[in-house]
Amino acid sequence: MMEFFSALWEHPFLQHALIGGLLASIGCGIIGSYVVVKRIGFLAGGISHSVLGGMGAAFFLGMSPLGGALVAAVVAALLIGWVRLTWHEQEDTLIGALWAVGMAIGILFISKTPGYSVSLMSYLFGNILMVNPADIWMMAGIDLLILLTVALCYQQFLAVSFDEEFARLRGVPVTFFYLLLLCMVAVTVVLLIQVVGLILVIALLTLPAAIAAHYVRSLGKMMLLATLLGALFTVLGLGISYAPDLPAGATIILVAGTSYLVSLLFTTARKRRELRRQLLRAVQ
Amino acid sequence: MSAPSVVSLSNVSFSYGGPRVLDGVNLEVEEHEFLGIVGPNAGGKSTLLKLMLGLLEPLRGEVRVLGKPPQRSRTQVGYVPQYPQFSRDFPITVEQTVMMGRLGMSGLFGNYRRHDRAVARQAMAETEVLDLAARQLCTLSGGQLQRVLVARALACEPRILMLDEPTANIDMRVETEIFDLLKRFNKRMTIIVVSHDIGFISGYVNRVACLNRTLICHHTAAIDGDTIRSLYDADVKMVEHRH
Repeated sequence: MMEFFSALWEHPFLQHALIGGLLASIGCGIIGSYVVVKRIGFLAGGISHSVLGGMGAAFFLGMSPLGGALVAAVVAALLIGWVRLTWHEQEDTLIGALWAVGMAIGILFISKTPGYSVSLMSYLFGNILMVNPADIWMMAGIDLLILLTVALCYQQFLAVSFDEEFARLRGVPVTFFYLLLLCMVAVTVVLLIQVVGLILVIALLTLPAAIAAHYVRSLGKMMLLATLLGALFTVLGLGISYAPDLPAGATIILVAGTSYLVSLLFTTARKRRELRRQLLRAVQ
Repeated sequence: MSAPSVVSLSNVSFSYGGPRVLDGVNLEVEEHEFLGIVGPNAGGKSTLLKLMLGLLEPLRGEVRVLGKPPQRSRTQVGYVPQYPQFSRDFPITVEQTVMMGRLGMSGLFGNYRRHDRAVARQAMAETEVLDLAARQLCTLSGGQLQRVLVARALACEPRILMLDEPTANIDMRVETEIFDLLKRFNKRMTIIVVSHDIGFISGYVNRVACLNRTLICHHTAAIDGDTIRSLYDADVKMVEHRH
C-alpha cells in the first residue's frame, strides 16, 4: 500500500490510473444509485455484456474500440428498454439472449481481426493501468454529460424510478425518461469498462450504491456516498494490487464485494438489536 | 338532475387476451357523487378503474372522463392504487412522495415551486400525516402509508379521486378514519372507490355499483342480504340506494 503511494509520485501511468478511477466513481455513484433503487441490475448486466459486440466490430474495422462500445451500449440500452416495454412477460429470457448474442458477435469479430488480440482481455477485465490522457478526457466528458442530465431531470428520474404508473398518470413521459435512464446506464458502463472491464462492470455499478443504501435516506445522499465509496474502493484496489502485481480490476471488485458483505452483516445485526430493544420496551 | 357526467362509460368491454373481464358496461358518474364499486374478486373492479384512468384501452366501447378521453383528463384525476408499484425501502421521505402529486403541474424540468410545496403540505395536513413529513416510507405502518398515498393523490388537486381498495390491508379503526376523510373531501370532488366490503362502504357512499364482469342498474332502497347473495352468484347487479 505504501509502496503504491510512493510510486504514485514517480509514474504518470499510476496517476492516470488514479484519476481514471476517481472519474469512474462519479458515474458509478450517480447512475449506480438508480440501478439499485430501480432494481435494474439485470438490465445493466445485459447492456454491459452486449457492449462486446460493438467493441469487436470497431476493433475489426480498425476504429476506436471505446467509440464502438459507446454506440453498442446505447443501441443495447434502447433495445433492452424496448424489450421490457413491449414484451414484459418474456423480459428475462430476451435480455439473457441479448446478453449472450452481443458477446458472441464480439468474439466472432475479434477472432477474425488480423493481428494480436491481447486487448480483448483488457476489455473483458479492464486495465486501469493503461488509461491514457485521451481516455481521461473522454471519461471526464461522460461524467459531465451524466451530471448535467441528472441535474436537469432529477425529479423526472426520481418519479420514474419510484413509481412508473403514478408518473405516467401525472403526465410525465415515462417511456422517454426510462429509455434516457437506460442510455445513462449505457454510457456509465463504457466509463467503467476502462477501470474494471465489461464483465465486472455490474459489481462496481451496484455495490457502492447498495452499501450507501444501508446508511442514507435519500437518493441524493445515496449518490454522494456511493461516489465516495466508489472512489475509496478504486484507490484501495489499486494500492493493494500494486506491490504483488495483481490485476487491478479484480482487486477493486473484491474490495467492493468484501465491504458490501461486511456492511450487510453489520446493518442486519444492528436492525436485529433494535428490534429486540423495541420488543423489550414493549414487554416492560 | 341532468348535470353532465364527469365519468361516462358506454358499452365498454375489456379482456386481457383471454375471456372478457368486462362486458358491455355502462356507467354515468355525476359531479360530487361518492360512488362505491363492489363485487367479487376478479370481477373486474380494478380493471374498470384502470380504464377510467386511461392505463388500459377498452376492447370495445368508449370511456370519457370530464368530457375527454381519459389520457387527456388524467392530470385532473387523483389515484390511490391498491398495490403501489414502488418498493417500501426506496430512499424517499413522506414529503417527497406527496410532492410527486405535483409533477404534472410543476415547472419546466419538473422543478417544484413554492405553490407546489404549499399544496403538498396542505394535503398532508388534511390526511394528518404532516408530522410524518420527514419520515422514511419504510418506517410507516400500513395505515400511515395509506394516508400518505391519499395525500399524494390529493396533492394533484383532483376533480375526481379514484381509490382502489384503500383499506384492504388495514384494521377496522383506520378504515373508518380513512372513509371519514373521504366523506369530507367529497364536498369538493367526485369520489370513486373500489371495495370488496359492501357492508362497510354502504354507510358512506351515495351509490353502489355492483360489478361482476357486467354491471346493470337496479333501483333499490337498501342493500339487503338478497342483493349481496345475488351479486356474488349471478353476473350483474347495480344497487342504487339514497340516504
